[in-house]
Amino acid sequence: MNKAVPMRDALLRKICDAMKIDDSIFFISGDFGSPVLDEIRSDFAKRFLNVGVAEQNLINISAGLALEGFKVFSYAIAPFITMRCFEQLRVNLALLSEVREINVNLIGVGAGYSYVVSGPTHQCYEDLTLIRSLPNFQLFSASDQHVAAHFFDKSIAVSGPKYLRLDAQVLPTLRTNLKPRSINDGFELIKKGHKGLIVATGYMTHTALSIAKKLELEGIDLAVIDLFNLTGFDANSLISLAKDQPVIFSMEEGFKGRGGLDAIIINVLKQNRVNCKFEAIGVKPGYSFQLGTRQELHEMVEIGHNYSFDLIKSTLSNM
Amino acid sequence: MIENDLKKRVNWVWRQTLKIHRNARETRIASSLSPIELFVSLFYGGILNYFPDDPLNDNRDRLIVSKGHGSICLYPILADLGFFDKKELDRVCQKGGILGGIPDPIIPGYETVNGSLGHGLGVAAGIALGQKRRGHNNNVFVLTGDGELHEGACWEAIMFASHHQLDNLNLMVDNNSISMLGFTDEIISHGSLIEKFESFGWDAIVIDGHDVGKVQETLTIYKSRCQDKPKAVIANTLKGRGVPGLENEPLSHIINPKIEILDSILEPESE
Repeated sequence: MNKAVPMRDALLRKICDAMKIDDSIFFISGDFGSPVLDEIRSDFAKRFLNVGVAEQNLINISAGLALEGFKVFSYAIAPFITMRCFEQLRVNLALLSEVREINVNLIGVGAGYSYVVSGPTHQCYEDLTLIRSLPNFQLFSASDQHVAAHFFDKSIAVSGPKYLRLDAQVLPTLRTNLKPRSINDGFELIKKGHKGLIVATGYMTHTALSIAKKLELEGIDLAVIDLFNLTGFDANSLISLAKDQPVIFSMEEGFKGRGGLDAIIINVLKQNRVNCKFEAIGVKPGYSFQLGTRQELHEMVEIGHNYSFDLIKSTLSNM
Repeated sequence: MIENDLKKRVNWVWRQTLKIHRNARETRIASSLSPIELFVSLFYGGILNYFPDDPLNDNRDRLIVSKGHGSICLYPILADLGFFDKKELDRVCQKGGILGGIPDPIIPGYETVNGSLGHGLGVAAGIALGQKRRGHNNNVFVLTGDGELHEGACWEAIMFASHHQLDNLNLMVDNNSISMLGFTDEIISHGSLIEKFESFGWDAIVIDGHDVGKVQETLTIYKSRCQDKPKAVIANTLKGRGVPGLENEPLSHIINPKIEILDSILEPESE
């Protein structure tokens, strides 16, 4: 049974089940809900809080509870839990965790354009860049419910501040389970190929896979990697898959050239002296108030399926 | 410690703080002279439960110094009580030392990161709630300035603390009435702080923050008062207290008194 469910429900279900046996888990919401959250709220009233529309306080309270030994899950809409309270993340999580053991796990719902018609305030194209700029923070980006659920295991196993970027829409599942090897690697090779490699994250993994399958029909075999642990992936494993590829593409639902996934991939390639051709596919920097489906919005900002397919194909044919 | 001894201790801390500033000019002196009676009462007046040999002992009361810059006066107190070696006082702001211009939580006795204002009260509220949810009831003390209360995050925490009836949370406002560039009331007026706190559901009191006997008495009463309300002790103080050209001077935050003035104050070694 591998029916697609909302990522947040897959994760919240695991948290809810664990709260039954681990009384050190505390859940805080920034006035943001879900059906599973209702269960947590009613079953664990002493370890559930809604701080209201107050993200700065959400983080400060989380830090205080973590200092008292709680494993804290803090839950809100992605742009608000990362940007409204950025200095609280810096001072009371990233900086403080340099000298104190604190386990705070931020869950941000609304990756990229997943709040399709809500416009730029609710969409989120900067969080990967911002969170990865903070030392001591671990950064995760989920492509499906299995990656989302895996975040729970990571949260309990490893201390420190973490941020998980979740999609607000139900995305198809990419696997029945994450392979143990992928958990160690922080990424999963979801399609093999030798004409080039796409390293994608979150929703864009689905776009990448679709493009690779379409190209396969034309006899062009591209490999696709779903990178979900953006700060803790095994660089050697990634390089072993990348070093013999003629070209590597990064695909993210975040601003292009602003320090997100593209910068992560360029860094790891250069540090390991992999000098193949590289192309970044990311949101054209700027803000747009245009309406449309998610796919239509993606085409407008140069990360759509058609735009990316054409770019990848022309890159391959010019080599 | 009886009131007269506390007064002597206040004077000793005041002189030690000026000495530190004479040698480490980067320290913020004016805002470190206004909360001395609060710290002396906490540490020598039987208010705070602390463990110098084991600073993070779980039975300690938590002290969050949110106005980090203005707590250089805590350095001699912590050294005197054995939280760290007194030799550290001779190398404030120097390479290899632990005592910076703004204190960091690498200093035994400090709990959290200070320096950026408006963070401490929210973190303290989280700690206070955590204490209660763990079934403990250790007290949590927080020191903020009055200028710091311009930060919106403080008021998010103030609302939160009363809603959750955090009566183990004790806020001390070092109400020296001066921010960095002038009198707080002329920058953005707080109006009546006590009325604000009371209207937010807090138990609040205004006292003379330089009357150490009164400070000690008030903190003793408030520490043991558990009536489902967080508590705010608004201590009216003078920034730069006792230093000519600095005391209650609107720009005192960024003024360094001349070495000669400090030497003339410190010269009679009458400790």
